[in-house]
Amino acid sequence: MIVRILGEGQLEVPDRVVAELNQLDAALESAVADNDEPAFDKVLAYLLGRVRAFGTPVPDHLVVPSEAILPPPDSTIAEVRALLGDDGLIPG
Amino acid sequence: MTISGRLAMLFKAKASKVLDRAEDPRETLDYSYEKQLELLQQVRRGVADVATSRKRLELQAEQLVSSADKLQQQASQAVSAGREDLAREALTRRSAALEQLADLGRQHASLQAQETKLTFSAQRLQSKVEAFRTRKETIKATYTAAEAQTKMGEAFSGISEEMADVGLAMQRAEDKTAQLQARAGAIDELLASGALDDASGPAQDPIQSELDRMSSHSDVELEMARIKAALPAGGAPAAISAGEPDADTAPPPRSELASGPAPSTEDLR
Repeated sequence: MIVRILGEGQLEVPDRVVAELNQLDAALESAVADNDEPAFDKVLAYLLGRVRAFGTPVPDHLVVPSEAILPPPDSTIAEVRALLGDDGLIPG
Repeated sequence: MTISGRLAMLFKAKASKVLDRAEDPRETLDYSYEKQLELLQQVRRGVADVATSRKRLELQAEQLVSSADKLQQQASQAVSAGREDLAREALTRRSAALEQLADLGRQHASLQAQETKLTFSAQRLQSKVEAFRTRKETIKATYTAAEAQTKMGEAFSGISEEMADVGLAMQRAEDKTAQLQARAGAIDELLASGALDDASGPAQDPIQSELDRMSSHSDVELEMARIKAALPAGGAPAAISAGEPDADTAPPPRSELASGPAPSTEDLR
């Protein structure tokens, strides 16, 4: 599965870790829902760490869309909400 | 759906909206390529802007370090001149300068991280744009409308995702830089006000002028002390050393703790 970490690029993540990443992603989701910033920071840092650890960078000459896109490491809940809100924050 | 899935979908939706609107996909490809080149220019400018801000911070840090050093010297000068009040003032300013310096250090680290990220983003985008151009020409050469839609879809949403990512990275870097510039402006003002003792403006440095005034003054005091010491030791103060009056080394009262048997203190009272 191809995962993009915003600001860092795309990584090809092996299928065997996708389930674990999905769990973390769900935890991230509930942190956002609960507005729990400390939990959000912790889960996001851990999740990104796992993606970086398992993933191999997609070569620069390959132009492909990602199946999952993760917010940058220093994001806040508000920033993620804004991204998800589709209020024109995603450029292009 | 999870956050990462939703984000991916949103990015993709942006791309397909553009693609769906296109009458001739080939034009969309060319238009997109132009946009990519524009964005590449913007990112490079963005990197340069961040670098400029970073250098400004470095310059300020140097100024703060030299202020702190100077204040430290002034403090010890003031102490040896017996002016604790001035020394305290100098040290207070020094600690304010050091606080600013620590803050600046943190800002600098975060700016440097932005700069590195943006530099990599620019390099990555350049490679992707190059790859897109090749692919675009191939698709156009073997163009049949139905084929183009499918072949192009992936490359197109891939590149627009990349562009959106870079665009976001640029926004973040710009926000960070703007915040820092406000802060840097505040530090400049602080330095200029003399509150942190701007080393470049000695004229408006009250601590230094007081010390300067005192150093000529202290020559007088020194001479006075010498004259006093030369006077026959008849007064009470001379009794401190209890025995051999040695005018030059007349130790401060606390040194008697170290002077062994020290019968003198009791004798005195």
